[in-house]
Amino acid sequence: MKSKSAILVGVGGQGAILTAKVLVNGLMKAGFDVKMSEVHGMSQRGGSVSTQVHWGEKVYSPVIGDGAADLMVAFEKMEAVRYAHFLKPDGVAVINDYEMASSTIAAGLEAYPEGCLEAMEANFRCYTLDAAKIAMELGNVKCMNIVLFGAMTKALQLDDIDWEDVIRETVPPKFLELNLAAYRAGRAAAE
Amino acid sequence: MTKHLLSGNEAIARGAYEAGVKVCSAYPGTPSTEIFESLPQYKDALYCEWAPNEKVATEVAYGAAIGGVRSLCAMKHVGLNVAADPLFTAAYNGINRGFVIVTADDPSMHSSQNEQDNRYYARSAKVALVEPSDSQECIDFMKEAYRISEKFDMPVLFRTTTRISHSKSLVTFGEREEAEPYTYQRNAKKYVCAPANAYQNHPKVERNLAALEEYSNRSPLNRMELKGTKTGVITASIAYQYAKDVFPADTSFLKLGLTNPLPMDLIREFASKVETLYVIEELEGFMEEQIKAAGIDCIGKALVSNMYELNPQRLKEMLFGEKPVVKELPVKAVSRPPALCPGCPHRGFFYTMSKGKDFVIAGDIGCYTLGASAPLTAMDTCICMGGGFSLAMGMSKAFEASGQKKKVFGVLGDSTFFHSGMTGAAEILYNKGSVIPVVLDNHITGMTGHQDNPGSGYTLQGEMAAAIKIEDVLRAYGYENVIIVDPQDLAAMQKAVDDALASEVPVAIITRRPCLLIKRMKHDIGTCVVDTSKCIGCRKCLKVGCPAVMVKDRKSFIDPTQCVGCTVCAQVCPVGAIRREEKGK
Repeated sequence: MKSKSAILVGVGGQGAILTAKVLVNGLMKAGFDVKMSEVHGMSQRGGSVSTQVHWGEKVYSPVIGDGAADLMVAFEKMEAVRYAHFLKPDGVAVINDYEMASSTIAAGLEAYPEGCLEAMEANFRCYTLDAAKIAMELGNVKCMNIVLFGAMTKALQLDDIDWEDVIRETVPPKFLELNLAAYRAGRAAAE
Repeated sequence: MTKHLLSGNEAIARGAYEAGVKVCSAYPGTPSTEIFESLPQYKDALYCEWAPNEKVATEVAYGAAIGGVRSLCAMKHVGLNVAADPLFTAAYNGINRGFVIVTADDPSMHSSQNEQDNRYYARSAKVALVEPSDSQECIDFMKEAYRISEKFDMPVLFRTTTRISHSKSLVTFGEREEAEPYTYQRNAKKYVCAPANAYQNHPKVERNLAALEEYSNRSPLNRMELKGTKTGVITASIAYQYAKDVFPADTSFLKLGLTNPLPMDLIREFASKVETLYVIEELEGFMEEQIKAAGIDCIGKALVSNMYELNPQRLKEMLFGEKPVVKELPVKAVSRPPALCPGCPHRGFFYTMSKGKDFVIAGDIGCYTLGASAPLTAMDTCICMGGGFSLAMGMSKAFEASGQKKKVFGVLGDSTFFHSGMTGAAEILYNKGSVIPVVLDNHITGMTGHQDNPGSGYTLQGEMAAAIKIEDVLRAYGYENVIIVDPQDLAAMQKAVDDALASEVPVAIITRRPCLLIKRMKHDIGTCVVDTSKCIGCRKCLKVGCPAVMVKDRKSFIDPTQCVGCTVCAQVCPVGAIRREEKGK
């Protein structure tokens, strides 16, 4: 098989790295060679962040460039637009219908762009969901990342992997039930 | 064999453990920091510490290698500039047991001030250079690096880049090997770098390098992957992974892991086997220049840029002119720059400084470099670790010499003060500078992710330690007036600045409030809320540059999920429309 790659994008502190970890654990269990790359440092202070995951029988580069990602998961909708150039023209995007102002927007120096979702949906096959609302209904907004992960597994089409098992092995027991519910709700939302 | 997913940095720590390393010292710096954050798990087998700076770390590790145990130090690329002094002479003196210095370069400057290529340090200092290309090689090459260090009596520079350090890939673990025990004996001819000894040592360095070059032709770190005869690629480090993705399957590779001195006989042999030879390397043409100087024709930097990170798509475009297909969207994302966190103690200081029209502020490296961003924009310069005080000194001398009336402040953090800011504080006092040194003391090394330092009271291994008081150091130097202030109290902060400017004796300011992200401390958290009936929509609260404060429907709005209740915005509100509530009410 040709190797595949996913890019997870969002704002520092949204939990993209944990989500990538669950994904990678599942891919490892399924016997794939996996590489994952993230950028630390100044980006943690409320800046834009991205994590890339690359898998296949044998993987060389841990990173991809323009037009090379099969899948994008965007934890924030403007970040989907920012990183859209990484997607293949026939790539799939899972997008959180969620808006976070940047510091420059908050300070009134710039305006949040209109039409982020529409632009993505017009150009790529998209699964759009309000993960924050779903997470809130489950009782904890912090499980928003696993809601998105559930939708992502639908888009991934790696149905041989028992993702619930992977979640059991990855998240702390205290949050297991919440995360399983979040995963199922996210997957259902993408149906 | 069980596979583990490790970052390059975690794998380097594992490699050091497996190589039987016993003493490790480092100063944090992205992208190298996690090497030492993963070492305490091996603390039953080795000693590890945060040193005050990279030069000290290198000296500690080198001392341990002379003392007779395998040792490690690590730093970001610019850290090696600080540590270059001991490196160059350690190369002359040699070692008793293996000594490895990790340098983590940052192509594309994700978290750095420049894009320097530290491979040139190995060539200039005349030491071995080892470059892994994934996490498994980080483990395996560490072990080989110690063998090289001991066999050729020299320090080994172990170079990663951000994508080696921060990418995760699958590895298998090995057992820890203990180095041959060494009983220390004085050997002044070898280890005292007096000119007469250095004179004798230089020919030894040249002999060792020549022997290492001969060895590099058969080192297990350098290998040929022979396929077709049409195209050959010489490459190393992360560029190997990119090239493997980009060149056709029948391309032959010479994959190098020991890159100084280069295995020129092996390169010549490889070159003779292929019609067209490429040298693919990130940043400068370090290998290409030497290969061409040896009379071997090759293609490299004529096509591949010496700026910024490579990736497979970028490489493909530069080599073969194949542009990636990208969909253009009608919408553009606006910038999302990093900002001082809500509740950051530095905010009150920079807000106060932003009001001083004739202030010149020489800043430094740390979270507080963000004081330069809008809307605070309260910084004139930032050059290097510890440079804030000394740069301010030079600027103030220039203003005196040219008759410009300015009030000059040198600004740096607690960790930076211990790193190399103390010497600048001595300079200002000794040479009668008209500069006010300011230490922003948040009790932690913040930007790199909360590492302890000589002022924080804890060590890397999690033990309590003596916390050196910055005010005691400054007073001992002769700063008679050390003003200590809570920067979150804006009236007190303004008074501290005014008092410092009016002081007739040597004066320094310490702003003191712990970073809210320090986990072992209990923090006073609340939330600020806007009374919209009082808010006049003047936007003064936006001037503090807090990510939690914004305007909605012409009135101020504070995002309750981000706000921690520091009240800096409430203190600038002219009509008292912002009040603090306890969290959860």
